[in-house]
Amino acid sequence: MSDRYETLAARIEERFEEQVTRVDSTCGELTYEVAKSDLIEVATAFRNEGEFGFEMLMDVCGVDYQGFGSDEWNTKDATGTGFSRGVERKPVILDESDEFDARRFAVVYHLLSLQHNHRVRLRVFTGTDNPPVVKSVVDIWNGANWFERETFDLFGVLFEGHPDLRRILTDYGFIGHPFRKDFPLVGNVEVSYDDEKGRVAYKPVSIEERTLVPRVIRDDNRYSADLKDRTDG
Amino acid sequence: MAEIQNYTLNFGPQHPAAHGVLRLVLEMDGEVIQKADPHVGLLHRATEKLAESKPYNQSIGYMDRLDYVSMMCNEHSYVLAIEKLLGIEAPERAQYIRVMFDEITRILNHLMWLGAHGLDIGAMTMFLYCFREREDLMDLYEAVSGTRMHATYYRPGGVYRDLPDSMPKYQESKFRKKKDLDRLNAAREGSMLDFIERFTDKFPGCIDEYETLLTDNRIWKQRTVNIAVVSPERAMQLGFSGPMLRGSGVEWDLRKKQPYEVYDRMDFDIPVGVNGDCYDRYLVRVEEMRQSTRIIRQCVAWLRENEGPVMLDDHKLVAPTRVEMKDDMESLIHHFKLFTEGYCVPAGEAYAAIEHPKGEFGVYIVSDGANKPFRVKIRAAGFAHLSAMAEMVEGHMLADVVAVIGTQDIVFGEVDR
Repeated sequence: MSDRYETLAARIEERFEEQVTRVDSTCGELTYEVAKSDLIEVATAFRNEGEFGFEMLMDVCGVDYQGFGSDEWNTKDATGTGFSRGVERKPVILDESDEFDARRFAVVYHLLSLQHNHRVRLRVFTGTDNPPVVKSVVDIWNGANWFERETFDLFGVLFEGHPDLRRILTDYGFIGHPFRKDFPLVGNVEVSYDDEKGRVAYKPVSIEERTLVPRVIRDDNRYSADLKDRTDG
Repeated sequence: MAEIQNYTLNFGPQHPAAHGVLRLVLEMDGEVIQKADPHVGLLHRATEKLAESKPYNQSIGYMDRLDYVSMMCNEHSYVLAIEKLLGIEAPERAQYIRVMFDEITRILNHLMWLGAHGLDIGAMTMFLYCFREREDLMDLYEAVSGTRMHATYYRPGGVYRDLPDSMPKYQESKFRKKKDLDRLNAAREGSMLDFIERFTDKFPGCIDEYETLLTDNRIWKQRTVNIAVVSPERAMQLGFSGPMLRGSGVEWDLRKKQPYEVYDRMDFDIPVGVNGDCYDRYLVRVEEMRQSTRIIRQCVAWLRENEGPVMLDDHKLVAPTRVEMKDDMESLIHHFKLFTEGYCVPAGEAYAAIEHPKGEFGVYIVSDGANKPFRVKIRAAGFAHLSAMAEMVEGHMLADVVAVIGTQDIVFGEVDR
């Protein structure tokens, strides 16, 4: 991490103290976690206060942390039958009344300051609300409009105060939020021309989802920090 | 007589001037736009979700299909994000090749834009002129990667292979006789770098030709000057980037301000506009083509002098060559592992942005340490630009909508992803 970013980090932490939490980032980028209730205050300050001057919002995106860090193959130790092969799928049953895990959905904002040539990333977890809600930043950065619509469309995160929260990328009349981890990759419906109805119609999807390459997490010592230093020195 | 009310006009999604599949719902008062509501997503393929289900390397090909007129630049951003997470850097020669191909891609993109923009607002000849030069650049893509468009040439750790020593030549056919062949193949006798150099000699003259046709053309000016003016403040507020931001007079170019690869060693200028109208954005892009030519020349000169590897020599990340693979057991295992399982990327998150021909193209990857990304988000410049469409066309005539679509340089592959 460069000195410039350290100075910025020090200033941010001094200004906001408890409101922001620095997230360890491996790639020399500044990431802060902000509580949902503080988002608007922090964002406004980031935009308007000269020392930060983040006049541009480059990106807003949702992240669904369900299943973060889980793998589909046992790679640590062999069982009596050897390593597992193939992936068994468990059916996902959606329960709309459920509360979400507090760290399931996050909205990530990428900010850019042209005057200081800085970037910073803000992450807001939506908490247990179902559906998830965060405050909209459209009034602070007008460019957020479509990005928030996209996040709503794909993740079902509602943005309070957004002027026009409609679906944007999916089809007219689409059901569900396709980028949630519990939404199947092949989808739920398919379209084809229906001879009887004389129009294109939806029907349940006929293909089965397959995993071609299983998710695997391997311990890799090359990336552990203390070993890296030793090889460099 | 009944009072005439505003009426709603549906534009697209299959309109030749919609640059793909844009559906615009326009509320018109006579011929003046009161409100515009762009509907996008007709080309949505869920690239980001698909990428979550594949090992990292298998998604590079999808990146080509985002903005399908600037293929390698998309790859570049994705590959940079992975490299950032892995903490690796491509060899120097690969970096020069990447920069050179980024600039070739920029010219490809701007030529496509200029041709289509011209055609949309009445300059038929432009389209033909631009496609003439595009063909040479497409041949470069083919020579280096085997495909004219969807190259999959950049890989984490370098580029797929070194530049070839010869250019593919035209072959005789029923329609092409010896005399034509000699003319067509004249430039292709030497190596690929010779061909590129020859192109950079010729290309500034071609740009002069385009400019003769358009820059002082009365009709062109009537259609573009003072159309869709965006002030610098608004441009920043709306998240503009690239030529759209520079056209409004903001001097911002990631190649200069946050240099990646070897851009800090390149000598080039950033053109900026003054008025922020369609005409200024046209001038900015035309000048960018000249600057790109300059960068390409510098890269060619360096690449001629310096040999070296174009890929990292780390078989945990990069596949061994075919010869090694067939010769050596360990290489065979590496090869097998890389093409079945891929490589695991350390947990973390990275955002890599590059100066794409259309603006800032960023890829945000969240990794949990697996062989597949946990989340990939593609920040496409066109998406932010198109969201400002409503504001830019308001109060203009219907015919100006086409000029605005053109000036935004919209490609639906990246807007809809």
